[in-house]
Amino acid sequence: MAKIRKIMCCCGSGLGSSMMVQLNTNEALKKLGVTDCVAEHTSLSEVNVNSADLFVVGKDIYPQLKNYPRVLVLDKIMSKKELLEKLQAAFEMEGDEFHIGV
Amino acid sequence: MLDFILNILATPAMLVGIMALVGLVLQGKPIEDVVRGTVKTIVGFLVLSAGAGFLTGGSLNAFGELFNYAFNMQGVVPNNEAVVALALKDFGLATSYIMVLGLVLNVVLARFSKLNFIFLTGHHSLYMACMIAVVLSVGGLEGFPLYLAGGCLLAFVSAFSPWFLQSTMEKIVETDELGFGHFGGFGYWVSAQVGKLFKGSKSTEDINFPQRLTFLRDTTVSIGLTMVVFFLIVTAISVGRGVLDADPAGFGHLSDLLVAGETKIHWAVWAITKGLSFSGAIYIILSGVRLIVGEMVPAFKGIAEKLVPGAIPAIDCPVVYPYAPNAVLIGFLVSFLGGIVGLLVLGAMNNAGIAIAMILPGVVPHFFCGASAGVFGNAEGGIKGAVLGSFIHGLLITFLPAIVMPVFGTLGFANTTFSDADFSWMALVFGNIAAAVKGIPLLVICVAVYLAPIALSLVTRKK
Repeated sequence: MAKIRKIMCCCGSGLGSSMMVQLNTNEALKKLGVTDCVAEHTSLSEVNVNSADLFVVGKDIYPQLKNYPRVLVLDKIMSKKELLEKLQAAFEMEGDEFHIGV
Repeated sequence: MLDFILNILATPAMLVGIMALVGLVLQGKPIEDVVRGTVKTIVGFLVLSAGAGFLTGGSLNAFGELFNYAFNMQGVVPNNEAVVALALKDFGLATSYIMVLGLVLNVVLARFSKLNFIFLTGHHSLYMACMIAVVLSVGGLEGFPLYLAGGCLLAFVSAFSPWFLQSTMEKIVETDELGFGHFGGFGYWVSAQVGKLFKGSKSTEDINFPQRLTFLRDTTVSIGLTMVVFFLIVTAISVGRGVLDADPAGFGHLSDLLVAGETKIHWAVWAITKGLSFSGAIYIILSGVRLIVGEMVPAFKGIAEKLVPGAIPAIDCPVVYPYAPNAVLIGFLVSFLGGIVGLLVLGAMNNAGIAIAMILPGVVPHFFCGASAGVFGNAEGGIKGAVLGSFIHGLLITFLPAIVMPVFGTLGFANTTFSDADFSWMALVFGNIAAAVKGIPLLVICVAVYLAPIALSLVTRKK
């Protein structure tokens, strides 16, 4: 499978909550000991399927990313615990297509 | 040399860059991060200005002119990005100082008062700083007194708004470690109070609601669609009234519609292009804002967490959306409906001889704020609370901006304004104070408002 090297956090206007999730993702990556992966954030207007290997979104905008290959969906968008567990699961996945947390 | 330094401090883009530079150096970041962050911040500011130019020249001025021709009234599209981009031209310097001072004072307030919230929605801090700069300038403040008074007000509202939302916020997210940081706060509070009338009503999440409308969450699409509709209506009515045969010299912003170039443009094609241009301008402005806050907020968050370990982070509105996706869509639709009803009422008032700005239902405030109002209404009063709460919210963000227009001075004549409820009540309260009390006494009032929560918690602690 293709390695996850880039994670894109996405929200409506790409200003507030996606940036917070990005900061939490950085923290989680550090905890997981993953060093060869970067996290960024963007808006729904700009996100596209090629812009990252894994997409992290809240449950509310998941319908917009349904056809993306690898998506991590958060129920509690600011929960660091949930994010850490789901990220760990994502890195352990073997296939190239999975949706976590749906 | 002194000239050079003073000039940098008086050039908003450079000033914001310097502030980013200082912030990054203070955090002990490596040199490449410092350079990257500084350059991106300055570029962000310049991109924002470019968006403002495209907005006014590309669509907004033309819209205002046509609206006036069609209805003989002032038509206003409430949009924070748009109005801030315009206001930064004259208030860029004051906005930058107020924002930085406001962030610092927010940390102090969180540390020493019961309003222990750190406001992390950077773009709203920027917009609020700008709004405060405009309003206080009307009261004759300038230079350092303006920056200080503005910083105090920004810090106050940054901690106060999450505070009065907290009891409902805890019901939504089921934790007391998360605050709601979005300056539509007053509107959500109202929606929550309305919701309390319907305690025990079934939750919005217990019903099936089609989720396909989430494509409207993409602001480029939703702004584009609504502005195309607005432009088509206004242009069609103007054409019906004979604008195409009018003398182009009487219209400064309609030359591409009235004067034939290579080919004469059809008015409908023109209207569609203009509507989508508006959306394009907001896209540019948002990119600029993203560059600025993307450097500022993470630094601010890091510093604040170190200085005030127990403070509650107040996060941008989508933080509550995953908890109630149905309430999000219901809130948006019903709030938008409220905006249309409100517009009709404003029209009727104008026909009755009361001159008041026509506030069109801007899709961004109705989406983000209406959706949040829906979630807050649902948390207190289920479906009924969500529906009635967001409907009243829709009325609120139509009437409040209309009433507030006069306190913005010359900016009140722009065809756009601040949309969210906290901007309105802050402008209403402090704009009117600034109209009555000028100069240093005004500064004293602003500082007193800031210090009051700290004094209050000192007094209650003693008991």
